[in-house]
Amino acid sequence: MELKDFIEKFAEQFDETPSEEFEANTEFKELEEWDSLTILTIIAMVDEEFGIKIKAEEIRSVDTVEELFTLVKSMAK
Amino acid sequence: MYNPFSLKGKTIFITGASSGIGRATAIECSKLGATVVITGRNKERLNETYTQLEGNGHIQLIADLNKTQEIEKLLSNLPVIDGCVNNAGIVKTTLTSFITNEALNEVMQTNTIAPILLTQQLIKKKKLKAGSSIVFTSSISGVSIALLGNVLYSTSKGAINGFVKNAALDLATKKIRVNSVTPGMVETAILNDGTISNEQLKEDMKKYPLKRYGKPEEVAYAIIYLLSDASAWVTGTNLLIDGGLTLQ
Repeated sequence: MELKDFIEKFAEQFDETPSEEFEANTEFKELEEWDSLTILTIIAMVDEEFGIKIKAEEIRSVDTVEELFTLVKSMAK
Repeated sequence: MYNPFSLKGKTIFITGASSGIGRATAIECSKLGATVVITGRNKERLNETYTQLEGNGHIQLIADLNKTQEIEKLLSNLPVIDGCVNNAGIVKTTLTSFITNEALNEVMQTNTIAPILLTQQLIKKKKLKAGSSIVFTSSISGVSIALLGNVLYSTSKGAINGFVKNAALDLATKKIRVNSVTPGMVETAILNDGTISNEQLKEDMKKYPLKRYGKPEEVAYAIIYLLSDASAWVTGTNLLIDGGLTLQ
């Protein structure tokens, strides 16, 4: 999966934030919609798309969507 | 010594006894004089429970309760019992939009279908004496409230809630009581699947009026009440143990 597709998939998990707002450098934890439900949604999405079980703490350890993508790709190896 | 909660002379069968609530229940039952038959899937961890039991005559049996042949073998080695604690259970955190057939089946099989079929077999094979007690480890999740990520677990426990009531009705003529305990969050390994961080757990504890999670032995004591003769007139109920959470 490329970064562009990941950003799209990431944006899909948000119900209130318009998808146009999501870019590589979006600091997702600063979004108003970011809460414990969205963390679980991202965990589920990563599992579904990459077959990886990422932890909440790991998601919190990065700031931007691109950093998350890099983290997930490194775990996929 | 006067003790209405004594389990002396009783043989109690406990599933999921390799850890957590099952382990605590087995140990506390043994301290109250019961002969305990414990089962689990993990040999080392089940043996760890076994070595902590007080008194003699206890039995440990390895079995995967999701496999019919293993249930049959387990039952053939099981003595006649006075109590059964259907405690084995798993958690698979997910959200409604991500439910898979596989995950749903896995959770329902272990948490709901296996203990129901085990109960049926115990009765059919006359392993449960008249006057015996069946206790299910249920949860507030799916019975009183919902918890984020718990859709599969809640579904499995909601089903158990329904089963307990109907089984209690069906089995009353045999003088077999059926009840459940519905704990809130309890400090066991089931919390360690990594989807909830330690900070989140600490924040979550504050929501409890009693400001903490439960301990496995605290759930064990409730199970023991339901196993003992002290609860001889109690059937078809859920015993709530939640630090006051569902009051709010």
